[in-house]
Amino acid sequence: MKTTKFVMTAALAATLFFAGCKPKDADIQAAVQAKEASGISVAVTKGDVTLSGEVADEAAKLKAEEVAKNEKGVKSVINNIKIKVEAPVVISEDATLQKNVVDATKDFPTVKTEVKDGVVTLTGEIQKASLITLMQHLSALKPKKIDNKLTIK
Amino acid sequence: MALQEKYKQLTDAASTAGITNLSVREQDGILYVDGTAADGNTKDQLWNIYNQIDPNFASGDLVLNVNVAIDAIVTHAKVITESSNLNIRKGPGTDQPIVGKAAHGEVITLVNMSNDLWWLVRTNDGEEGYCYAQYLEPQS
Repeated sequence: MKTTKFVMTAALAATLFFAGCKPKDADIQAAVQAKEASGISVAVTKGDVTLSGEVADEAAKLKAEEVAKNEKGVKSVINNIKIKVEAPVVISEDATLQKNVVDATKDFPTVKTEVKDGVVTLTGEIQKASLITLMQHLSALKPKKIDNKLTIK
Repeated sequence: MALQEKYKQLTDAASTAGITNLSVREQDGILYVDGTAADGNTKDQLWNIYNQIDPNFASGDLVLNVNVAIDAIVTHAKVITESSNLNIRKGPGTDQPIVGKAAHGEVITLVNMSNDLWWLVRTNDGEEGYCYAQYLEPQS
């Protein structure tokens, strides 16, 4: 009877001892989260790490996985990180662009414009102080490119 | 990738300045940077950096389209032409007839801002029509 009790106590003590050595899920979570780039979420269940969120490319996704794998106490890593898909660049149709360029450059009489395949070509001359304003107006029109050949005075 | 490197200072500044919906994409040798700035100063700051990296915007390898956020509760805007009066037109376009003028520095009422380029406004004299949005600065 006494022996049984001793064995049970010893077993309990051993369990507590080993459990005490093993990092807790919450600690692993905090440690991994701190090392991951922003935009990545870390979840931990019994040492199994699940990564989610969005990154720019495959390399960043693999790096995030590597970071988690190297953390003490991590048993496995499930990498559910998605690679961000950028929306395509929107470029205005020439007819729309042409009309909007006329509107945008109305107050810059010394500037001549030409629109072709989304490219706005600027010729003529402009005061240096007005150039930023002109460029700001034109950039809002979703051109493919602004080809600035203006002479700056 | 080289372009992203060239304009790194600009895109970093955009992130730091808290530009929302910031999007940086390279396509056919041109870098497209889009986003929304909290105010006009932030936008101008980014343009100054652009001007430093690419003096006088001569390279044609960046399209910087950063708009200024418009608060839904904004009801008035100031006319920020260089010095002249701002035309108020019947419709959205310089081909539309002029129906009134707003003085430089005048604060007018915003009626509708659903069109990005032309805003429907009303002056204190009650004239209503469209103004070029780039010459209006929303008042908080």
